[in-house]
Amino acid sequence: MAVGTETASAENLASELPQRQHRTLWGDVWLRFRRHNLANVGVVVLVLLVVGVLAGPLIYTVDPEYSFIVDDIDSINQPPSVKYPMGTDDLGRDTLARNLFGGRISLAVGVVAMFVSITFGTLVGVLSGFFRRLDNPLMRFTDLMLALPSLPLLLVIIMLFRDTLKALLGPELGIFLLVVLVIGILGWMPTARVVRGSVLSIKEKEFVEAAVSVGTREPVILWQHILPNVLSPIIVSATLGVAAAILTESALSFLGLGFPSNVPTWGRLLFENKDFITQNPWLVIWPGMFISLTILSINFIGDGLRDALDPRQRR
Amino acid sequence: MKALLPLSLSPQIHAVGQYLVRRLLTIIPTLIAISFVIFAVLDLAPGDPTSALPETIRPEIRQQIRKAMGLDEPFPVKYGLWMRQFFINEPLSLIENAFDIQIGDGEKRLRVTSWGSRGVPVMDMILERVPQTLWVVGLAYLVAIVIAVPIGVVSAIRQYSIFDQVGTFISLIGYSIPTFFTGLLMILLFSVKLKWFPMIYDTNLQIVDWNSFVEQLRQSAMPVAVLGFFQAAILARFTRSSMLDNIPMDYVRTATAKGFRERYVVIRHILRNSLIPVVTLIALGIPAIFSGAIITEQIFRVNGLGALLIGAIQLNDIPLVQTVTFIFACLIVAFNLIADVIYGILDPRIRYS
Repeated sequence: MAVGTETASAENLASELPQRQHRTLWGDVWLRFRRHNLANVGVVVLVLLVVGVLAGPLIYTVDPEYSFIVDDIDSINQPPSVKYPMGTDDLGRDTLARNLFGGRISLAVGVVAMFVSITFGTLVGVLSGFFRRLDNPLMRFTDLMLALPSLPLLLVIIMLFRDTLKALLGPELGIFLLVVLVIGILGWMPTARVVRGSVLSIKEKEFVEAAVSVGTREPVILWQHILPNVLSPIIVSATLGVAAAILTESALSFLGLGFPSNVPTWGRLLFENKDFITQNPWLVIWPGMFISLTILSINFIGDGLRDALDPRQRR
Repeated sequence: MKALLPLSLSPQIHAVGQYLVRRLLTIIPTLIAISFVIFAVLDLAPGDPTSALPETIRPEIRQQIRKAMGLDEPFPVKYGLWMRQFFINEPLSLIENAFDIQIGDGEKRLRVTSWGSRGVPVMDMILERVPQTLWVVGLAYLVAIVIAVPIGVVSAIRQYSIFDQVGTFISLIGYSIPTFFTGLLMILLFSVKLKWFPMIYDTNLQIVDWNSFVEQLRQSAMPVAVLGFFQAAILARFTRSSMLDNIPMDYVRTATAKGFRERYVVIRHILRNSLIPVVTLIALGIPAIFSGAIITEQIFRVNGLGALLIGAIQLNDIPLVQTVTFIFACLIVAFNLIADVIYGILDPRIRYS
């Protein structure tokens, strides 16, 4: 289990020098991850989705807000065709273009909200695991946060602070920051608990005792000996955190309380188009499929990572 | 602490009782803290409750309305008043209504009233909506348990079989696809294409005869299926891993070595031990399924608690939002306690000390 600083820096070296027989922790993790079939499928699907929404709007340059009614009165609620690869919505806007733009925002929300919750969760977890005096108050605080009903509170907070932040930072950035912060702040508790548990068990390990006995100072022990060893649970919960955040944002938008209508996230597209389900089912199938594929692939990757990072499975 | 319970109880029950009393005492500060957070978030938020009123109302009248609502008081006073209303006045009124009795001066007692529906007590509005939510949520949870536990058990016994692989894959899909998408897909398939089930849940439907009962079942089918499938996916995964934790245990080998049949070992030994954490998870999941119902109710237009909350948020009806949110929080706290107690009763190795 003992990972010093050398292995962390050797990680890059090892991948560049395959002829070396030296096996590293992360090299092993990679080997085990590659054996996990579903996780590999997940990586492929996720990479396709990410590349698609990042590069897509550069290649497919249709304006997501442009209404084709201007050109052709019949271009509303069209099924997929050569001209409109995913069809058009009730205002004659191109569904593919809207989904590509929506994907950018949905994925961005997922990643940024994950960073907020992981940073906070790791901080609380490490502090309460490492410093005995902080443990009880921080864990009581975590318990309190866990007892708060997150979806109702999310809805309420976003509803109440939406207009203020919109006025302060503009409709897009303001809502983005609000959604991301609130999802992050209401989602860090599981990470904190897992990290605390790992820190508590690693703190008792011999190598930490050795470090203490040679007079290493506390911050160094924390940064160089404990933190690298709690990376595995942090990585797993970060992966699953992205999925959870995307799901939460979609749920908020689906309830009409997420982004404004000119920011078509996948959840927002579902919300706007659910009433046209009888006229044009494609309108809900596309965004729903993208959300589901994203979350499914991230969950597969998370499962794979959990197995790969589990030291009990090491051969 | 000992004097609180009669000594004639068996030691285990006695310990549980003591534990229960201690936990109930710690619940009080938790609930106060939660109520404070919920109250503070809603009260300190920017936005004026009179902003939803017509523009024609003059500013000085607006000011009077604010005063009548008690909005001009300082924060601690408002919080104190709200606490008294919520923890003393509301329970008293509930008891009065339930037993049809009069406690003190009921007429003068200030109740938490809605801003949206002009002075209707919030609790009355909530009680009106509870049956619909309970019906959908309860049925969904029952369906989920009935489906998930056997699947999880068989998956674990026949690990890596086709059944296990298919089951694990479906349950991973089940908890990855958001309920709002499965709901819309079901509407598309079963309402639009096949016309088996109605698209919208009719809350006014009265069950008077067999036909209306069938109609009620038909309109509940999709909301229950959506919520149930999601919960079943989580439960099946958990049951499977709990079984897998127990299968390699020594007591299982002992039982098999004694010559018991496999079925007997699985049911009487493995299942009994594996279900302990599952039962705990089932209890812990009840608050979550209530939150999940917020979305499901929105898809199928079920007129339940979730719909009430969403409507209240849109109308800026702060007292209603506070109360519903706080009720959700109480559910979480209560079921956490229930899960702990069940765990202790089912697993005698757990010591309450």
